[in-house]
Amino acid sequence: MASRIDVSIEHKNSPPEPGGSKKHPNTCPKCNSHYRDDELAANLRVCAQCDYHFPVGALERIEQLLDKDSFIEEAADLRSADPLGFFDLRSYKDRIAEAELKTGLGDAMLMGQGKIEGLDFQLTVMDFSFMAGSMGSVVGEKFAQACERAIERKVPLISVNASGGARMQEGILSLMQVPKTVCAVENMRDAGIPFISVLTHPTTAGLLASFATLGDITIAEPGTLMCFTGPRVVQQTVREDLPDDFGLAESNYRFGHLDAIVQRRELKTTLAKLLRLFGHVG
Amino acid sequence: MSGELELKLRDRLAKLKRLHLPGGGMSNEVRRIEQQLEEMGNGDERDEDEIWRSVEFARHPERPYTLDYVERLIGDWIELHGDRARMDDPAIVSGLGSFADRTVAVIGHQKGRGDAVQRVKRNFGMSNPEGYRKAMRVMEIAERHGFPVITFVDTPGAYPGVAAEQHGQGGALAASQATMARLTVPTVACVIGEGGSGGAIALALANRVLMQQFAIYSVISPEGCASILWRDAGQARKAAAAFRPDAVHCLELGVIDGIIPEPKDGAHTDFDEAAKLLGKSLRSALDELKKMNGKELRRDRRARFRSYGVFAS
Repeated sequence: MASRIDVSIEHKNSPPEPGGSKKHPNTCPKCNSHYRDDELAANLRVCAQCDYHFPVGALERIEQLLDKDSFIEEAADLRSADPLGFFDLRSYKDRIAEAELKTGLGDAMLMGQGKIEGLDFQLTVMDFSFMAGSMGSVVGEKFAQACERAIERKVPLISVNASGGARMQEGILSLMQVPKTVCAVENMRDAGIPFISVLTHPTTAGLLASFATLGDITIAEPGTLMCFTGPRVVQQTVREDLPDDFGLAESNYRFGHLDAIVQRRELKTTLAKLLRLFGHVG
Repeated sequence: MSGELELKLRDRLAKLKRLHLPGGGMSNEVRRIEQQLEEMGNGDERDEDEIWRSVEFARHPERPYTLDYVERLIGDWIELHGDRARMDDPAIVSGLGSFADRTVAVIGHQKGRGDAVQRVKRNFGMSNPEGYRKAMRVMEIAERHGFPVITFVDTPGAYPGVAAEQHGQGGALAASQATMARLTVPTVACVIGEGGSGGAIALALANRVLMQQFAIYSVISPEGCASILWRDAGQARKAAAAFRPDAVHCLELGVIDGIIPEPKDGAHTDFDEAAKLLGKSLRSALDELKKMNGKELRRDRRARFRSYGVFAS
């Protein structure tokens, strides 16, 4: 009897898919095809066999989308402070330092000016590998500034999103980035500036409840998880099997929450088309 | 410790003064907050126990909910139901009534009290997207007719269900905030229990944000934070002490404008007294906003939220 209980506890604590999470980053989680770095980069980090879209970092995304050397970064020197002196198992400061070293970025968002097919726009790009792309004061501030600069320069704003939500370590101030970015979008809307939101895997929680869903145009890459609450938490709440495509772009598209699902290889031409259609604001 | 607190206080006041310059005439509020902070802030930092007491009081099963305050404060109350698209979400109530001699729109999360049936009916105050769409509909009525909007925030969070996701929970939360950002009528939000993350902020993008003494306002529940960062939901107490969801901390950070006092042992001990104190704060918040016209109200509101964030550069 007792041994049976022990077994079940051990089972509960073991990771859900042992081995599955240990796959090499260049191995496709869907079909197990494996690629060299240069092969994967050349194919925009899309699996040539099954079309799985691997995650793309912010710098590589800029390289994929923008005209060569057209990106001019702005507000690059913004860095997270530690308003709460937050300490869980490790300090927030340590976590930031580690993320900076790992990614070479200052925070989870890059912001600046760019061009696609010669068309000018303001850009924000998020990087999920920096603390799960979480939105703290720096991400909120960069996005708000991006809106203001788009208004000033009379150009559209494109934001390429990837985020797990608000950055808990900044407490309530991270939640305040949600209304802050909403207000920034509203100001932009009043000024007649077009806003294109691109959701990439994953864009969830605080991001979905703020600017990511407020675009004039909202598009997503295939397979993007875009839900306010993650599948694990939902499953714990409802205690039943979730639909296979729960929270994915494909399901959101069916339910009417997306304008389009766009393959990565078509993203640049789609954005160029939208920039042309919206024209430049005068 | 109190020196550090004082520093934060001055910083906050400086920010407040700057923030409200266009509206003018904020000196009363500044003085009030100054006084309030002095009263609440003398002594040391709140310890883990005090913070946890707020968490427990905020979730107390006998705590007054939105309709308890409506019953005591709002005259000629008429509840408005339904989002005109799909359903009526009982986890959010909305309606029109009179307060301080004028018509107001009231929107709030509503929890059920008593037996399980009542609690489930209100879904524990966790709204579906339809609830927020009902809220937006009533805000738009208020905007068309120039009624101030009062919101009561009391939710563990937006409902994490399959249908909620399929019906666009995230988008509804964002749209509700966007609607609040556009209003040209005065808006006051009161956190009266649990101010749980996205579900709370969707009704709290207001000109003035007040919070009851033992309410909490946070980006994630203590249990949620503990299970993610400590990998153990049992560490909720520790998590709460780390991110401090209590009213004093929110005031220090400037996230709220004032703390609404509660009866000594919590609002649940005396509904009438709690309502009286809430009504008084609400009235003075609405009075302050009278001085601003529609455009100023909108600008004031957006400038307020634009200012949040702490960073180095």
